[in-house]
Amino acid sequence: METPPVETSPRETSPIETSLEPTVKGPPPALKRPTGRLAGLLAAGPGLFWLTALLALPCLSLVAMALATRGQYGEVVWAFSLENLERLVGYSLFGWSPDILWILLRSVLVAAITTILCVAVSYPLTFHMATRSRSVRVFWLILIMVPFWTNVVVRTYGWLLILGPQLPPAKLAALLGLIPPGGALYPGSFAVYLGMTTTFLPFMALPLYASVERLDWETLEAARDLYASSFQVFLRVILPQTRPGLAVGVIMTFVPAMAMFVVTDILGGAKNMLIGNLIQQQFGQARDWPFGAALSLALMFLTLLSLALRKSKAPSGKGTFL
Amino acid sequence: MAVTKGEFFTLLGPSGCGKTTLLRLIAGLELPDSGSIFLGGQDVTNIPANKRQVNTVFQSYALFPHLNVTENIAFGLKARKVDLSLAKTKVERMLETLSLDGLGRRFPHQLSGGQKQRVALARALVNEPDVLLLDEPMSALDPHLRTQVQSELLDLHRKIDTTFIMVTHDQGEAMFMGGHLAVMKDGQMIQMGTPREVYSRPKNKFVAEFLWGANILPATRDGDMMITTLGPLKTADQVQWIQGHLAIRPELIVLGEGPNLGQGNYVKAKVIQTIYRGPSVELLLDPGPVKVVTSPRFNPQPGETVSLFIPPADLVALEDQAA
Repeated sequence: METPPVETSPRETSPIETSLEPTVKGPPPALKRPTGRLAGLLAAGPGLFWLTALLALPCLSLVAMALATRGQYGEVVWAFSLENLERLVGYSLFGWSPDILWILLRSVLVAAITTILCVAVSYPLTFHMATRSRSVRVFWLILIMVPFWTNVVVRTYGWLLILGPQLPPAKLAALLGLIPPGGALYPGSFAVYLGMTTTFLPFMALPLYASVERLDWETLEAARDLYASSFQVFLRVILPQTRPGLAVGVIMTFVPAMAMFVVTDILGGAKNMLIGNLIQQQFGQARDWPFGAALSLALMFLTLLSLALRKSKAPSGKGTFL
Repeated sequence: MAVTKGEFFTLLGPSGCGKTTLLRLIAGLELPDSGSIFLGGQDVTNIPANKRQVNTVFQSYALFPHLNVTENIAFGLKARKVDLSLAKTKVERMLETLSLDGLGRRFPHQLSGGQKQRVALARALVNEPDVLLLDEPMSALDPHLRTQVQSELLDLHRKIDTTFIMVTHDQGEAMFMGGHLAVMKDGQMIQMGTPREVYSRPKNKFVAEFLWGANILPATRDGDMMITTLGPLKTADQVQWIQGHLAIRPELIVLGEGPNLGQGNYVKAKVIQTIYRGPSVELLLDPGPVKVVTSPRFNPQPGETVSLFIPPADLVALEDQAA
């Protein structure tokens, strides 16, 4: 925080101002509130401390860790090395392999599909909610919120039970010939994305609902009146007006979905490794904290990259013709 | 109900009478449970809103908040994939017609009420619709702006060859627009005609009262004579009922004794109240109470007895029979 510089040069005054206040001379009276450097620091202090202690320092230590090496017994050896970053892009003792890059790509893909599914579910859901009476809306909000309060592992095991071979969903699927008789609906992509979508739905639906609720419904009618098809109404009227909520929802879904491994492991049968698994492995079984840190950095980089992409795509606000 | 091509038609009625619903039915934003809508001889009842050559100016204008004025106006053209350069010309011409030049890059929240309304008009008219629907277009404007905008709207209608159908609850506005008007109540069309027809020959009590309150006199027919609380009166109308109602406009009652004396329809009444309005004087008379609007030259005091001439041609026999 800087103190505003005291004006020393004579203020430019319009003729009217001078004629109204002929007696005012010299610089304007100083503000009474203390505006010293110290006061500014005091005011910004808590926030600054928060950011330093809980964001900047951990990030720096992550970077430092990623540049260190693993000792023989899994301890961290503070010797500068780029080895972890090399491993990240696939170089190891055994030559180049795309394994890690595949894992990163797969994580991005899973997160992207989850986000798209959440958007696809959230639009009809929030439109349905916003057009109901107040009490019904509250009921729906509770329905969305309550599972959110349950631990994600417990919820995911719940899906295991529901999709199990004894219950109607699996029996119906078997009847339709989608799965072998007596089989379960897991492990597989269906179970994974069902679990992922239900896990992240509140993060998408709630911010989107806030936008949909504020939507000017008459503009939808105006669009129809102006020859727009249903698809055009969505694309050119609903989407732009709900963009703020959608953006928050996408960030809040995509970012944690990229690091998620619990749901994919339980419902996917731990067959396909995701970056979340890999990081957890490095800090757990492998006892390779430096490589875990490097992987975490990669995840963070991917997140920031996707956020930057979104930002560059957002409209500038300056009107372009047609 | 039929509207002639190129006409300025007004749907008039109190709030909740179904006039906006009727407008939405014409626009295709709502579907009728029964009945049909024809547009230029073609049945459009089941054609969705986005395929009807009809455009609407909404009551709250419903401009797209995320689009600027130009983009708002171009919306319909773009939705129908009109050639870009042609669309550009059309939008520019519209901006000019509605004196919106220089506002093209503004967003709706940067516009005044009157400007928003003109954008809404431009957005609808740029599509050259067969029918332009206007849902209470003046209701969001300041009262002093309204008269000006009403004239502008009439000018605009004269300039372009489009049928306008406007909904309003303001009798003055409906009269001012000059074309045919339809008075509605409870989803029913009660009476249709020119402003003069509807005002001077109201069909029933509702129309007579809704258009600036006529005097309604319960009457019993006795041959040619109508027996009312004011006394026996004659009317030029054909009367179908034995017991029913007559209507007379307060300003058509003649105060004082004139050359018509001796031809009947002269009654005497006592003044209850005199209200000086400036351009006119309003008297409340007993029996009745009957309201008379007359020249401010007259100044009868409460308690005074005055004589009134009720012209038989202006005494309207209403359809309503006595309960």
